[in-house]
Amino acid sequence: MSVDTATVAKIAALARIKVSEAELAAMVPELNGILAWVEQLGEVDVSGVEPMTAVIENHLRLRADVIDPDPLTGGGKRDAVLANAPAAMDGFYGVPKVIE
Amino acid sequence: MTSLTDLGVAAIRDGVAAGTFTAVEVAEAFNANVAAASALNAFIVTTPELALGAAKATDTRRAKGEALGLMGGVPIGMKDLFATKGVQTTAASHMLEGFVPEYESTVSQKLWDAGAGMLGKLNLDQFAMGSSNETSYFGNVISPWRRGDGGNAALAPGGSSGGSSTAVSARLAPAATGTDTGGSIRQPAAFTGISGIKPTYGRCSRWGIVAFASSLDQAGSMARDVRDCAIMLEAMAGFDPKDATSLDLAVPQWEAGLSGDLTGKKVGVPTEYRMDGMDPDVAASWDQGIAWLRDAGAEIVEISLPHTKYALPAYYIIAPAEASSNLARYDGVRYGLRELPDGAGLQDMYAATRAAGFGAEVKRRIMIGTYVLSAGFYDAYYTQAQKVRTLISRDFAQAFALCDVILAPTAPTAAFGLGEKSDDPLAMYLNDVFAVPASLAGLPAMSVPAGLNREGLPLGLQIIGRPFDEQGVLNAGLAIEQRAGFAARPEKWW
Repeated sequence: MSVDTATVAKIAALARIKVSEAELAAMVPELNGILAWVEQLGEVDVSGVEPMTAVIENHLRLRADVIDPDPLTGGGKRDAVLANAPAAMDGFYGVPKVIE
Repeated sequence: MTSLTDLGVAAIRDGVAAGTFTAVEVAEAFNANVAAASALNAFIVTTPELALGAAKATDTRRAKGEALGLMGGVPIGMKDLFATKGVQTTAASHMLEGFVPEYESTVSQKLWDAGAGMLGKLNLDQFAMGSSNETSYFGNVISPWRRGDGGNAALAPGGSSGGSSTAVSARLAPAATGTDTGGSIRQPAAFTGISGIKPTYGRCSRWGIVAFASSLDQAGSMARDVRDCAIMLEAMAGFDPKDATSLDLAVPQWEAGLSGDLTGKKVGVPTEYRMDGMDPDVAASWDQGIAWLRDAGAEIVEISLPHTKYALPAYYIIAPAEASSNLARYDGVRYGLRELPDGAGLQDMYAATRAAGFGAEVKRRIMIGTYVLSAGFYDAYYTQAQKVRTLISRDFAQAFALCDVILAPTAPTAAFGLGEKSDDPLAMYLNDVFAVPASLAGLPAMSVPAGLNREGLPLGLQIIGRPFDEQGVLNAGLAIEQRAGFAARPEKWW
């Protein structure tokens, strides 16, 4: 499968990356080169093969049912959480207006 | 007496404990080397005061007769992918420039708890995506190595842990952390003539490591010899409830278990890794490695890993898919860069922020990942790749019924020149052809220096082990190290 300019523009929109016309034009052959190369996976007979979900057998565990079992990742960290926000105000994240 | 900066982890730890020198003297010596090596661009930020502070604490503990820890008095370099509280953490991206974490990654905290100190944050490929350290927003890392032809072409230190490999090789640090997603510890170690180990997936907590591809990312140690790697990995590993994929297993005493005697062990040599057109020096070093391991008492067996050729294309679907998901967090809202053009709405802000904050290779991988996960293509690409990954993992399981460890080259060539491959993504990806299969299967694997090629550049040999058998990997690495007698080091030009 190969992609054209319109498809690459759609992918960029889905990925929320603004790209110029010139960047789009450069990306089309690059992405097609990579996609043509990964196409060889289609040769592999995978009938009856389950897709990998966990590379090393492991069991998901539940944490203890207590409030803030780990002081580092528990609650009450508002200021630390906001410390690196580009536009925090009044204890919240600031974003451009989303409702007209 | 040899210079303190020629000493490795074990020698520093033991010398500090014995009172031969102080931890402060060691930290000052490495701080001076770091300060004098800006031409290598190995560090994004240096933290001499933190290295000194940790060293003073170690010296104080020693004066009181307290235990100094596994890494007591050892200053190290920290790949700038680990969140370090109060110290800028960028993943070598513009997106995270100025990001100062409010928390410490589990692995780095373990190292500080073990008595290590931080010399600084090491440069890397942006978001760990690259094999030559040419995608960093903060500029290329230059390998301390040069070809023996008298020229001074700048060479790649490997990637993504290129700052780590350069710092250790150039004696700016006795050891450094690395992370390996598809070879990012082993390939740079091979390029710079040092050792590096990636443990079994889940041995080291991923908590606080900037995420690239979560099913593959694994931290490990890089140092000048196998023993130093073992010591540092012991300090880094261990169960962490904050990482859902962390292995709830006791950390073995890898250093105490080191033995280069491989009597009774079987070493597998995979037929499929002997590829057409293989670099003759790499092929010769592999043959030499086989002879060394036989000399160490091992029996050599031919094995087959039939899906080897599909590992790299599967990786370049799976890793970008996971990256596109992980890197969705960079939205200009919670941390990092924000680009807000005049009159822009929320969606415009996302797109402008991500356009400005990500480099070309990161965008390329996010785009590939977005495409292979998009409606209509998911099964053809992503599900197919995950099925192939199952087959690759099965290949290894079948091989390990016949052998204890696998020996292969680490990379298809020695270090290449900066700029030689940066225009061709596929040529760059092919550099990880021998490293990626073990990553896809979550296996422990390490690179140790084997010798120099005809250009005078280091070549590495790779040992891949069974899940949880870091000891077997380290021991085979030690057997090679004992026979290779690798003592070459880059001549100082910086």
